[in-house]
Amino acid sequence: MIADRSVGAASVSAEGWGWRYSGRSAWAVRGLELRVRPGERVLLLGSSGAGKSTLLHGLGGVLGGDDDGEQAGGLLIDGVPAAQARGRAGLLLQDPDAQVILARVGDDAAFGPENLGLPRDEIWRRVGEALEAVGLGLPLQHPTSALSGGQKQRLALAGVLAMHPGLLLLDEPTASLDPDGVAGVRAAVERVLERTGATLIVVEHRVEVWRDLVERVIVLDPGGGVLADGPVDAVLREQGAALAEAGVWVPEHPPERPVRIRRPSPTGSAPLLRTEGLAIARTSDAVLARDLALAVCEGGMLAVTGPNGSGKTTLGLTLGGLLPPASGLVDASALAGGLPPAPHEWRSRELLTRIGTVFQDPEHQFIAATVWDELAVGARALGLGDGEVRQRVEPLLERLRLAPLAKANPFTLSGGEKRRLSVATALVTRPRVLVLDEPTFGQDSRTWRELLAFLAELLDEGSGIVAVTHDRHLVAALADEEFVLDGGRAASHASGVRG
Amino acid sequence: MSSLTGILTPAGGTQVVYRVNPVAKLLAAMVLSVALVLSIDWVSAGVALLLEVPLFFFAGLAPRRFFWRTLPVLIAAPLSAITIVLYGRPSGASYAEFFFIHITDGSIELAIATLLRVLAIGLPAVVLFVTVDPTDLADGLAQVLRLPSRFVLGGLGGLRLVGLFLEDWRSLELARRARGVADRGRLRRFMGQAFALLVLSIRRGSKLATAMEARGFGAPVRRSWARPSRLAARDAVLILIAVLISAVAVAASVLSGYWNFIFSG
Repeated sequence: MIADRSVGAASVSAEGWGWRYSGRSAWAVRGLELRVRPGERVLLLGSSGAGKSTLLHGLGGVLGGDDDGEQAGGLLIDGVPAAQARGRAGLLLQDPDAQVILARVGDDAAFGPENLGLPRDEIWRRVGEALEAVGLGLPLQHPTSALSGGQKQRLALAGVLAMHPGLLLLDEPTASLDPDGVAGVRAAVERVLERTGATLIVVEHRVEVWRDLVERVIVLDPGGGVLADGPVDAVLREQGAALAEAGVWVPEHPPERPVRIRRPSPTGSAPLLRTEGLAIARTSDAVLARDLALAVCEGGMLAVTGPNGSGKTTLGLTLGGLLPPASGLVDASALAGGLPPAPHEWRSRELLTRIGTVFQDPEHQFIAATVWDELAVGARALGLGDGEVRQRVEPLLERLRLAPLAKANPFTLSGGEKRRLSVATALVTRPRVLVLDEPTFGQDSRTWRELLAFLAELLDEGSGIVAVTHDRHLVAALADEEFVLDGGRAASHASGVRG
Repeated sequence: MSSLTGILTPAGGTQVVYRVNPVAKLLAAMVLSVALVLSIDWVSAGVALLLEVPLFFFAGLAPRRFFWRTLPVLIAAPLSAITIVLYGRPSGASYAEFFFIHITDGSIELAIATLLRVLAIGLPAVVLFVTVDPTDLADGLAQVLRLPSRFVLGGLGGLRLVGLFLEDWRSLELARRARGVADRGRLRRFMGQAFALLVLSIRRGSKLATAMEARGFGAPVRRSWARPSRLAARDAVLILIAVLISAVAVAASVLSGYWNFIFSG
């Protein structure tokens, strides 16, 4: 029990608060009036760009000083400016990898209390307590590099908790976790709140995760100020449709599922891609799964699912001809057209019209200075003339709503824009098979809907798609077959999973 | 991959060497290096190496591990010696001459001195650092040597990103193959990939800095340390051993007349 916490739950108030990042002409947040009572649990919603993260970072005291931006009005925790209230607020960020600071679990959790200058005995007492509260029953010496994403996130929560904050700030803490990780973090937060009674402000696109835990929803207006504020059900009733349109996942307003016109005919033609006794490995010495037999048909989507670490991404890379099989074979003779049947033996350029691969992290794939050039890369590698390159690039820009961004640097796009661009870069060369790694990860509901509609069109046109995914909604909406990788054990098959 | 991420989690052990403060190891290695770079003769390096060899048995490394970890030194030493034999400053009897290659008594002696020196400095440095845990080193640098904690912990946090960079690099490579640009222009592609890695690492670095700040790093209070780090008797013993080896080596060299102080030309 965290019984003798030095201070109780914190109150929050924003008084005409605003923040403008240096180098930007627009305010990220402006004219914000807000009051949160001690111990209240608040879900903060709003379309992307409404300033949710900025507000949380401001409360967490990590926005920086005058060099980093300009502040207006006041943002107070217990009546003290947030920037000076270090330690009163504990901020948990989205990216689990970016939050692990030290190499051992115990040391990492101790980092915050050390920075607060607490005595050594007190630090280790708090570390033990915090790790227990988030349900990480691991030795203090356990290496942090061996943790899963969900465990890393719970460790970061423990690190925050050990500082005994009166205000817990969670910035999309489950956006990049698999379903098990989401459930673990959710349970840990609930337990922590029960014990500490701390005030909670959480930003999350997926309402359902936090719905039962929070009592109040605040919707930020992208134009500045607050759009709606009140009990969860009331706000969702009034604003649910508008929020869903803005990309928030509201259970009552699920994104529209795409309509498939054609169904693949598995008995009709030979599969575009199939494997036999395939064993996969990221590096040649560590086989992740063996004896995999699967097939990708024309106009069909194969979903590859399974827990973290089961080798889903590696299977995707192997099917995409980017990694050689550890043993067994990947047979793409239906696509080869004179080349050897195994795609990893093809040249890089020869892959383009045959198999396109879209990586989980779009940034790994960007190689050009503008969105336009990024799309043109593949077309030029095929040796197409300028006119034809333009004919391929421009319709895609329009179709994926990237045309206004044609001159922007790909690295400066938002998460949803990056995802759409990375899919478009693979499509510009019209590959017959598309391999997508977690295409919907961390996407808001609007991007999700657009992406799925687009994939449905590709399927109707006869492309084969492999989707490596955790997203049950995606599997239900589009997959014709599901291939479950289960931690190196025999993989199972389910057909006709589309609901 | 595993060897590089191994930097962060070195193998533990029960031998006394694992309990020696990393700062003491650092100082011991420095004492030896400084003493041995002051002169280029075979006597001082040879004596130091002879005295060091028995100590390697207490280094907490199994023979196999010792061999693999010190392999770079074991390769570098004869290579540098061969270079000196062929191209070192000629003096004394000449054995062979071919363009710039000139093998003489002088160059052979210099080569032996170099071989011994690389081993006498390199082996203990590697052996001592294989058993250093970066977290413990950071604790020692900040608490024993009183280096600024901002600098020490920033470095330690950054070190953890190395493993992520390796994964990034591999993904960048595969992604370029998928984009159809991996067939030609190896150098240009490498440069592009290096730039992309730089962008990604700056981003990772700034995210890490935010995460550290969010946990109160850089707060205007005096930081405390969860893990105490101070020098104990065994640490003094290690430094003393290094001082003794250096002293005996230098003395033997001076008394035998082989000492040639590098700054006296």
